[in-house]
Amino acid sequence: MWAWLHRLGSPKRFYGWSGALARWAGWGSLLLGVAGLYYALFASPPDYQQGESVRIMYVHVPAAWLSMFIYMNIAFASLISLVWRMKVADMFAAASAPIGAWFTFLALVTGSLWGKPMWGTWWIWDARLTSELILLFLYLGYIGLLSAIEERDTAARAAAVLALVGVVNIPIIHYSVEWWSTLHQGATVTKFEKPSIAWTMLRPLLLMALASTLFYIMVALRLARAELLRREADSTWVRELIDGHQGGGNR
Amino acid sequence: MGDFLHMGGYAFYVWASYLLGLIVVVVNLWQPRRAEREVWRQLKRRRRNEERMNESETP
Repeated sequence: MWAWLHRLGSPKRFYGWSGALARWAGWGSLLLGVAGLYYALFASPPDYQQGESVRIMYVHVPAAWLSMFIYMNIAFASLISLVWRMKVADMFAAASAPIGAWFTFLALVTGSLWGKPMWGTWWIWDARLTSELILLFLYLGYIGLLSAIEERDTAARAAAVLALVGVVNIPIIHYSVEWWSTLHQGATVTKFEKPSIAWTMLRPLLLMALASTLFYIMVALRLARAELLRREADSTWVRELIDGHQGGGNR
Repeated sequence: MGDFLHMGGYAFYVWASYLLGLIVVVVNLWQPRRAEREVWRQLKRRRRNEERMNESETP
């Protein structure tokens, strides 16, 4: 099992399978995203309390989900890179960070755009909003740390430690609406209970969440692959790749 | 159509959210594309330089 994982994580192998995976994730994301948008904007009912503003949820919740999911991916990849010194894990974590920062930003702003008409305020300093803002700072800190340290392996190790320390913030974000009083509504979809949301609204929500997850996988893999080629430019397999592509396209 | 764009009075909030989502998606589509083009340009340039060096070494 570990030997197998190690082989998959070797630069040459990774380059091979990640290309195919990125392509499939991209097309899957497009397909699910189009269906999700159709249900989100046309084929789902307005909320009985929130009216049409509930449609913000189909952007906001997937963005918020991704902000945490990407962070967990970075933390997991960081752990692997610290323990097994797997270069590919470093590159995947580094590639994930800007995507995570963008989606955290999107979650915060769409939250604001939803909060104004529903709560009457753009922002409150409650636990949920504050911990999500801290998540954005964690992403920015991670990116800053990576670029601030000259020596690549030291930078990767420092950033990995930061990512692992920051993991504390994730359960805080998740449980903040239960632990502290807030204007923010509780979770609508949990793993263990029946979701407290009608299927007509759950359908676009799940489609959009899945589409954004696939989108993230596609973008992160492509960024990691580009970085991998840059670092491995002198290795035999990259040379062979270049020869195979002379005169051809970019793939 | 007018009703749809009106979003029950929440047009600004709803459309601003979707527009922003679109912007984030476009930025994240553009970034890997740029990175790929950049790295392939570098790799090919490097290869050409190597070939030139090899030619000048063997007269």
